[in-house]
Amino acid sequence: MLGYVIKRILLMFPTMIGMSIIAFFIIQLPPGDYLTSVLAMMADSGQTVDPAEIARMRQVYGLDDPMIVQYWKWISGILLRGDFGYSFEWGRPVSELIWDRMGATLGVSVAALVFVWAVSLPIGIYSAVRRHSFGDHFFTFFGFLGLAIPNFILALVLMFVSYKYFGQSVGGLFSPEYIGAPWSWGRVGDMLTHLWIPVVVVGTSGTAALIRILRANLTDELSKPYVITARAKGLPEYQVIMRYPVRIALNPFISAIGWVLPQLVSGVTITAIVLNLPTAGPLLVRALVSQDMYLAGSFILLMGILTLVGMLISDLLLAALDPRIRFT
Amino acid sequence: MTQLSLSRDGARPTAAPAPTALLSVRNLSIDFHLRTHILHAVRDVSFDLLAGRTLCLVGESGSGKSVTARALLRIIDPLAKVAGGSITLAGPKGEVRLDRLGADSREIRAIRGARIGLIFQEPMSSLSPVRTIGAQIVESVRLHRPMSVADAKAETVRLLKQVEIANPEQMADRYTFEFSGGMRQRAMIAMALACNPEILIADEPTTALDVTTQAEIMDLIKRLQVERGMAMLMITHDMGLVAEVADEVAVMRWGRIVEQGAVDDIFHAPKDAYTRTLLGATQRLDRASTRAAPPTDGPPLLSARGLTKAFGKKSWRGKTTFALTAVDHVDMDLWPGENLGIVGESGSGKTTLGRMLLRVIEPTSGRVLWTPNAAQADSTQRDVTAMGRAGLSEYRRAVRLVFQDPFASLNPRMTIKQVIADPLIVSGTLTKGQITDRVAQLLSLVGLDPTAMERYPHAFSGGQRQRIGIARALALDPQVIVLDEATSALDVSIRAQILDLLLQVQAKLGLSYLFIAHDISVVRYFCDRVVVMHKGRIVETGQAEQICTTPREPYTQALVSAVPNPDPRDKRMLHRTRFVAP
Repeated sequence: MLGYVIKRILLMFPTMIGMSIIAFFIIQLPPGDYLTSVLAMMADSGQTVDPAEIARMRQVYGLDDPMIVQYWKWISGILLRGDFGYSFEWGRPVSELIWDRMGATLGVSVAALVFVWAVSLPIGIYSAVRRHSFGDHFFTFFGFLGLAIPNFILALVLMFVSYKYFGQSVGGLFSPEYIGAPWSWGRVGDMLTHLWIPVVVVGTSGTAALIRILRANLTDELSKPYVITARAKGLPEYQVIMRYPVRIALNPFISAIGWVLPQLVSGVTITAIVLNLPTAGPLLVRALVSQDMYLAGSFILLMGILTLVGMLISDLLLAALDPRIRFT
Repeated sequence: MTQLSLSRDGARPTAAPAPTALLSVRNLSIDFHLRTHILHAVRDVSFDLLAGRTLCLVGESGSGKSVTARALLRIIDPLAKVAGGSITLAGPKGEVRLDRLGADSREIRAIRGARIGLIFQEPMSSLSPVRTIGAQIVESVRLHRPMSVADAKAETVRLLKQVEIANPEQMADRYTFEFSGGMRQRAMIAMALACNPEILIADEPTTALDVTTQAEIMDLIKRLQVERGMAMLMITHDMGLVAEVADEVAVMRWGRIVEQGAVDDIFHAPKDAYTRTLLGATQRLDRASTRAAPPTDGPPLLSARGLTKAFGKKSWRGKTTFALTAVDHVDMDLWPGENLGIVGESGSGKTTLGRMLLRVIEPTSGRVLWTPNAAQADSTQRDVTAMGRAGLSEYRRAVRLVFQDPFASLNPRMTIKQVIADPLIVSGTLTKGQITDRVAQLLSLVGLDPTAMERYPHAFSGGQRQRIGIARALALDPQVIVLDEATSALDVSIRAQILDLLLQVQAKLGLSYLFIAHDISVVRYFCDRVVVMHKGRIVETGQAEQICTTPREPYTQALVSAVPNPDPRDKRMLHRTRFVAP
């Protein structure tokens, strides 16, 4: 087991290096750079810029260097000094901008994951054990409804409901008076009243998918001979189900750790924009649009690393849960 | 319906006082409520289980024997309902009517595992793969016996020792997939016996095991039964096994018991026609082959020289170490028109050898030689192991494979026509119309109606599917068909039909068969010569009749004597020769 963990962690390094290279080159791919987009904006507003000035700025920012040199500057800064570079657009170091956003993203992800688990586990088990019952059809119907409704519409509806009937300020993770305030119990409580909307919005589609997966897996497992063995031992039905087939059908739940995070970053950016969440998605979109390359690159890199860590955690948990994985 | 009460059957020679019926089943009927109709799976079944005695419930697949056994514990499928009859369990506190208890009631749970133990067919899947063997037995122990965890663990070790598992302390912490099939079945027995049940239900306990392991497991069950005075209900389709272990026999067909009586009467004075058919099919296979062996003086069709396969084990640095030599320097020949049997226990390398001959698996070393025109005494040999793609496709047209599992070897989404035509399409020499004609011709050759070609595999029974597999193998007029346990998954009467079909086809087309099997009795009926394999090596080669009746090597002797003999007056298996690896 220890060998497996070490091997997995060692294997992460080449992946990370490859990912950082890909992240950097992806943001270099669109034609032009930050200065061309600034120029375009200035030209739109009728200003003219001295070509010498542009050349000087290019020089300062190192935008004329070959890609490999730029990459080396960037990655060595991160590794040696923890310096993620400088955001052209915001005029601040990237590291100042990024951590709050990453924290919020991670927070929403974890909350969404817990929500997905808490809802889909009991419903999935119920649906599999009482297949084709009224309850199964009922949950299946709402599961598909959740899967089918676009997230941003659900977000708008929930925001409306929350504003109209609960009188909450909507959008963001905090009420205006708490933004930027130091952490306190009041702030935590305020965050929780805001957090449920994004968590429900982000969670619904994942919940529906997991319910279906669990239902299918568990249905297969329920007819396996070891379930009959457990029953023949004299175990009560509830324990038979929970200790034997559910234990084996649980694997996709653990794998969910690996995919919830990337989904949250890439899939629900629109939701995050609608809800005005201070997560990474909206900032990443803006950085990409304005070709703010160090900011965008750092986001992509950190997201990649977080995903890798998520995968690692889910793989290790899977190995701990399922000896068949551990031993092969 | 025979209303014969076995407890009053005074004809038995045993001097013991008449044992009492622990469990009586009277007129039990079970219906399956399917979507379109009701299936009467079990009809008016009555029997008694007596302390210290074994009742064998015999029948072919679908006869309702497993459902009957599970109904005793009330763990039948939710679609099935007990439609009538009674199940009465006698006990110190009076009789309990099991059929009246709720399926998840406290009363029935107190009986399951504690008073009635159950062992199943599939040792692969009847224990949970994600919990240790020990944990599953401890759970069983603690369910019915008030014990601390530590005591239950000690009890588990004691039980594992009792079922002859070596190093029980360490083995208790292992998972099922680290156990061999026989070991799993031992663990399963240990679990079923954890709470000293009075009745043991064994549902095909050895069907998935090879003969020597089967003999060991049956020894073990028999010994434990005698020690504890348990009543046993054994379910099987193997008449040989019945003759070895049963005291009483009930023959089931289509949900009814057609004949019931003492084992000697069933075997030596069967009254019902179906019983006679079943016995006939079993005994027929236990006879020598009637066909004349082809000459073996010409050039052999297919030869293996020094064929070796080592399966590597990769360390985590990717270094390959040769951990297991599955096939070790095997030399063998197959002559035109000959049936060669390759016999051995599971893990003896017989399947690997078959696959290497087809070059589905690449040999580590050694050569496979093919003489395409051996029948015409033309001894030009071609080296299969050195063939390129073109040569191999020609070779594989001449040497085909039929698999063991008729359910898994046909793609469920292809029609029978598509399945059989597939090799014809790949060879690309026939037009569409010719292919249809050829498929129809092949189907009638294997005894199926050509109009069935548009149907899908699920519409066919196991035996019919195996016929389809054979038709597919015959599609390209092969010279050799490798039959990898091709009849192991079939009922005994179907097995005899398939073997006869293969022999008929051979008489018509003049092919050779390479018959890979663990069941030496089938080999005797079907093969001319036999190769006995043990741990990757050939132990003995000889005429089938000689190997089966007068084997020379101790290992072959052990293997032959472990085959159950379908005659209760001559219990071969329980008095077998044991082979201790040198």
